[in-house]
Formats: sequence, structure tokens, C-alpha cells
Amino acid sequence: MWAFIHKFGSPKWFYGISARLLPWCWFLAVALILVGSIWGLAFAPADYQQGDSFRIIYVHVPAAFLAQSIFVSMAVAALVFMVWKIKVADMAAAVMAPLGAAMTFVALFTGSVWGMPTWGTWWIWDARLTSMLILLFLYVGVIALRGAFTSRDSGARAASVLSMVGVINIPVIKYSVDWWYTLHQPATFSIASRPSMPVEMWWPLLLMVLGFYAFFIAITLMRTRNEILRREAGKHWVRELAAGDA
Amino acid sequence: MAFDSLDAFFAMGGHGAYVWSAWAVAALAMVGSVVHARAEHHRLLRDIQRRVRRDTTTPRADHNAS
Amino acid sequence: MPSSDTESLRGVEPVEPSGGLGVAMAATLKRDLTLAARRRSDIMNPLAFFALVITLFPLGISPQPALLATIAPGLLWVAALLATLLSLEALFRADYEDGCLEQLLLAPQPLPALVLGKVCVHWLMTGLPLALMAPLLGLLLALPAESYLVLSLSLALGSVSLSLIGAIGAALTVGLSRGGVLLSLLVLPLNIPVLIFGTGAVQAAIIGDPVGPHLAILGALCCAALMMAPFAIAASLRISING
Repeated sequence: MWAFIHKFGSPKWFYGISARLLPWCWFLAVALILVGSIWGLAFAPADYQQGDSFRIIYVHVPAAFLAQSIFVSMAVAALVFMVWKIKVADMAAAVMAPLGAAMTFVALFTGSVWGMPTWGTWWIWDARLTSMLILLFLYVGVIALRGAFTSRDSGARAASVLSMVGVINIPVIKYSVDWWYTLHQPATFSIASRPSMPVEMWWPLLLMVLGFYAFFIAITLMRTRNEILRREAGKHWVRELAAGDA
Repeated sequence: MAFDSLDAFFAMGGHGAYVWSAWAVAALAMVGSVVHARAEHHRLLRDIQRRVRRDTTTPRADHNAS
Repeated sequence: MPSSDTESLRGVEPVEPSGGLGVAMAATLKRDLTLAARRRSDIMNPLAFFALVITLFPLGISPQPALLATIAPGLLWVAALLATLLSLEALFRADYEDGCLEQLLLAPQPLPALVLGKVCVHWLMTGLPLALMAPLLGLLLALPAESYLVLSLSLALGSVSLSLIGAIGAALTVGLSRGGVLLSLLVLPLNIPVLIFGTGAVQAAIIGDPVGPHLAILGALCCAALMMAPFAIAASLRISING
């Protein structure tokens, strides 16, 4: 176990193993998203209430899932970095933050665009959208805090503490916003939460969610490799690798 | 197939603008992050190669000069 | 300022190995209270800010009592939250600049307990006065009279969480030259649950609903913050000082 952790902590080992994993992740991501998109856009039946506008669900829900999962992954990476001082974990956390913010933005944008045909307005203080907006602020805070430190190590540790504090707060924020929403708008129609969804609609959604997760893993591996190159640029193995690549 | 024709597919039952703009933004974000990551990779490798070249050529040149 | 330096030395001295945790916490409390008593403007400024912001709303929206009364709980809570935020930047700033913070880090007692003392003083100097002052401003906003007690209670209880969570942000940004805006960016999203249940309590009191559940949740948030925040504050301070 310890040997594994330390091996995993070595940027060189990670760089090698991720190169072998990446093609599989990309294959999975592209295949799942492609099949899910075609299925969801062209073959899934239209919703009996919302018509074809419900097809936004196939990007909105995976993006929203990813937005929350990336924050949790980032906090886990931060914990690993703080406890075992594994640098690769911090590199992963550093590249996850912008991706998570982008996914949160996508979830907000698609939710807002979905709101127009559904509610007749671009923005409603819907519980889900409001939590997403708060999540976006949390991401912005983590990114800004990391950038504010001149020393990379201090920035990394400060961002780690903040992501762990944030991840403890996310459920609290989510439940309090849900509670607040039911208090002010009892029993309104909420997008993406329905009692029962036909199987033909559900399958493409599952494919898209899995595809988005594969995409997240692939992009994180890719950008963590970049981060390794950036931070270890002076190391011997990196220079040899770059020279061999030329 | 949920649509009769290609036109109907693009119209999305009158909600075309909403559906396609949402999908476009999602696709843009994902493709954009891939393009960015690839460009970043090549740029970093090129920088390291340039540094390696500089470090291996300049000392020798200095040595010859002296 | 030589006076505060000698004061801080006198406060820290009993912390040396002979004293236990209780002595150290009492010393931290006493020192911070003395310092706060000497800088009265630091206590007055958040209160003045609170009053000023509340004055702006009738001018910006409308002086009609009926309208003001409906938005008063939210306004009072948001203004109090911002006033707390304003005072947070100074929480560790002076100690960071004159080196007292490093002494605190070197003390043999656990740092989370000592920072808890500091946060406690911060609450006594901002949260409690704000809670006591809020009914007065509620009067200006035509807040129904039956909610004054709940307003004060919810603010007093909620501001403990605000101070604790805010102190994490203050500890993270104390080493940065321009940490002010960043501090609010970090702290405000985390304060949202407190705001929701705080205003919820006041609104419940206005319409005659039981306020117990809201106050209980505020108390629960406060307990959770008391349990976890001191460790986060201590870790953040170590990062800011050593980094």
C-alpha cells in the first residue's frame, strides 16, 4: 500500500502510466458521448410536456453531475496532497478547478436556456440553478486563491484547505437552498426532476453521464501531464523525454 | 427516429434555438478544453526542447571560444 | 506602538510551559480584549457601516413602511453579514504585521484552541454589538415589533458561525497584500446557509410561525462550525505564516 502510494506520487511514474491510460479514456469518452448524443437528439421520444426542448437534459444533467463531482474529486486530491504530500495530487487538483468551473458554467447556461421554453424566462431562482451559481463562486474562489500566492507551494496548500472547507459546505448549502426554495415557491415545476422517466429517455442520459465522466478523467490526465512538464521542467527525465520526442 | 425529416430535426419542434445553443455551448466548452490541453502540451514540450538545446550548445561554444 | 507590544508580551508570557491550555486561552482572550478596548474605532466601524447600509435602502427603494417591512429581515441580515465581513480583514492583520501571530504559532498549546479565543473576541466585538443594534435599525425599516427578539437572537447565534467561517478566509488571505476582495469572494458563498436560516427565523417570527426550528438549525450550524473551523483556521494560519 505504501509502496503503491509513493510510486503513485512519483510524477515520472504517473507520466508513463497516464500515457497508456489516455487512449482508453478518450475512446470511451468519444464513443459514449457520440452514441449518447445521436440517441438523445434524434431517437429518444419527445417529452409529453416539454416537447423537444427537454433534449437539453442530455447536456445539462451530465454537466451538473460533473460540476459537483469535480469539486469532490478536487477536495479528495487536496486531502491526499495535504496528508501524504503527493505533488501529483495537487497538480490534478490545480487542473480540475478550471474544468469544474467550466462545467458549472455549462450547467448554468444550459439550465438558463432550458428555462426560457419551460418557464418563459431566462432565470428563475430555482433551487438547482441557485446551488450551481453558488458552486461557481466556490470554484472561482479556489482558483483566485491559488493564483493570489506568489509561492506555488503556499498557493497549493491554501487552495487545498479551501477546497476541503468548500466540500464540507456543499451539502449544507445544497440542503439549505432546497429548503429555502420550497419555502418561497411551493410545488413549482422543477426542470430535470420528474417522478418517472421513460426508459428510452433514460438510457441516452446514462450514456452521456458516463461519457462526461470519461471525458473528465481524460482531460484531467492530459492536463496533469502538462502540469508535470511545467513543474518538473528542470528534471533530468523530463529533458530526456522532450529531447527524445523531438 | 423521433423526427420525420432533417428539417424537423433542426427545428426541434420550434425549440431549435434553445436546444442547439445549449448543445453548442457544451460542445464548445469540451472541444475548447481539449484543444487548449493539446496546445499547452506542445508548447511545454517545445519550451523544454529549446531549453535543452540552449543548455547543450552554448557551453560548448563558450569552451571553443576560450 | 510600544504599548501594544508590551501588552502582547505580558499576555503571552503565562503561555510558557508552566501554564495549561486554560491559562493560554484566558491569556489570548484577555490580550485581544485589551487590544480591542484600545482601538475603539475597530468596534465602531462595523456598527456605523451597518447603520449606513440600512439607511441607504429606504433612499434607494422606497420609504413606504409596508414595502420596507417585507424586505427588512433580508436587508438586516445581509447588511449584518457584510459588516462582519468588513471587520474580518483586521482579525489577524495587526498580529501578522507585528509578529504576534508567529508567537501564537510557536506556543506549546494547540493552535486551534488559541485561535478559538481570538475568534471569540471577534464575535464579542462585532457579532454581539450588531445583534444588539439590529432591533434599532429594524425600527427604521418598520419591522413588525414581535420579531425584534428573534432578530437579535438569530443574529447573535448566526454571527458566531459567520465569525468562525470568516476567520478561515481571513487566515488564508492574511499574508496577501490585497486580500480584501478575495476574502469576500471566499467567505460569502460559505455564509449562505447561515443567511438563509437567519432570515428564515425572522420571517417566521413575523408571520407567527414557530421560530424554534430555524434557531435550532442556526445552533446546529454554529456547533458544526465550532467543531471544525478552528482546525481549518489553524491550518490556514500555518500556511500563511510559513509560505
